[in-house]
Amino acid sequence: MKKIAIEVNGKKVSKEIQDHTTLSGLLRDILNLTGTHIGCDTSQCGACVVHVDGKSIKSCTALAADLDGSKVTTIEGLASNGKLHPMQEAFKKMHGLQCGFCTPGMVMSAVDLLKNKKNPSDQEIRDWLEGNICRCTGYHNIVAAVKEAASKM
Amino acid sequence: MKTFNYHSAKDVKEASKLASSNSAFLAGGMTTIPSMKLGLASYKDIIDIKRIKKLSGIKISGKTVTIGATTKHSEVASSKDVKKAIPSLAALAEGIGDPQVRNRGTIGGSIANNDPAADYPSACIALNATIHTNNRSIDAEKFFRGMFETCLKSTEVIEAIEFSIPQKSSYQKLPNPASRYAIIGVYVAKHKTGINVGITGAKSCVYNDKDLAGALTKNFSSSAIDSVKISSSGMNSDIHASSDYRANMVKAFAKKAVDAC
Repeated sequence: MKKIAIEVNGKKVSKEIQDHTTLSGLLRDILNLTGTHIGCDTSQCGACVVHVDGKSIKSCTALAADLDGSKVTTIEGLASNGKLHPMQEAFKKMHGLQCGFCTPGMVMSAVDLLKNKKNPSDQEIRDWLEGNICRCTGYHNIVAAVKEAASKM
Repeated sequence: MKTFNYHSAKDVKEASKLASSNSAFLAGGMTTIPSMKLGLASYKDIIDIKRIKKLSGIKISGKTVTIGATTKHSEVASSKDVKKAIPSLAALAEGIGDPQVRNRGTIGGSIANNDPAADYPSACIALNATIHTNNRSIDAEKFFRGMFETCLKSTEVIEAIEFSIPQKSSYQKLPNPASRYAIIGVYVAKHKTGINVGITGAKSCVYNDKDLAGALTKNFSSSAIDSVKISSSGMNSDIHASSDYRANMVKAFAKKAVDAC
């Protein structure tokens, strides 16, 4: 067992975890933040993307023990005061989701993209979302949603 | 995933001391963690080397670029110094996996794993790399031994990889559309001392194609590659590409790389 102290969505959390607990396991099973989804569980599908210290990573492939002292933002941490984040609004407006399973990861990944590129081209959005797999939408409306968010942020 | 004892080493000495034949060093974990989840690997001890400061960073001297073992792909891809000194190396890093993998995955982890379809091993071969460990300095040509095999000992920690800055170079790959691993990847580099053609994805281990290098030494142009025969013998054959197709792609991508130099 290891004791770790991290910050999740602005709240300080201190927990005793097993050595092999992944960040996705900590978020979902221990902190009950089930917005972070687990698809493939081997870092290919991107449903589990969260931000650690400001950068998007796949939480299924990070050990919680190794993140002691980090700041984590999950999909639950995007909205503020009951108001959706512009990226969430844009996914809703542009119908950038169907079943919604991949959406938390898509949104977290896209938010990270806009931190570094204010007005990405279609190609840049598609390249950036390479690690986020969606089996419903065909990606078209997801790209449209990211562009919509970029115009509002 | 089977459980293990997690250790975060404070320095290389401690990391090496904790290591055994039943342990693995953890840098980005982009291969190690999925391998453990899939039951392909299990260890008694996982020794995290990410917090050892001296293992991370990029240094440029007159003739070489030295990259610390735990430097992330995204750091190499975005480094102004690497882009200036060896643009093909920054471009290679930008083409690994996806953004989230590049935010965690490290150069030392990539070469220690020596996946036959990984990108960095071809850069080590093409750019006459020296792999510095806590015990010794190893030439890239001697470092990569076979499929997922290197000459590293279980207690040996890669500290940094030193690449020679070439006169011209280019890395071109045919990526697997799902994983972005190389179905084949060709790294052509022209140095004052000679030409290397590092090839990944084609066989069980990265190699320097001496026939292609020889033809390019006589005439550094893509047309010089036309007359080189690439044998498919010993090449990988799987659901993604047959060995004949791979042999053909080695030639096509070698030409592409020379044209892009």
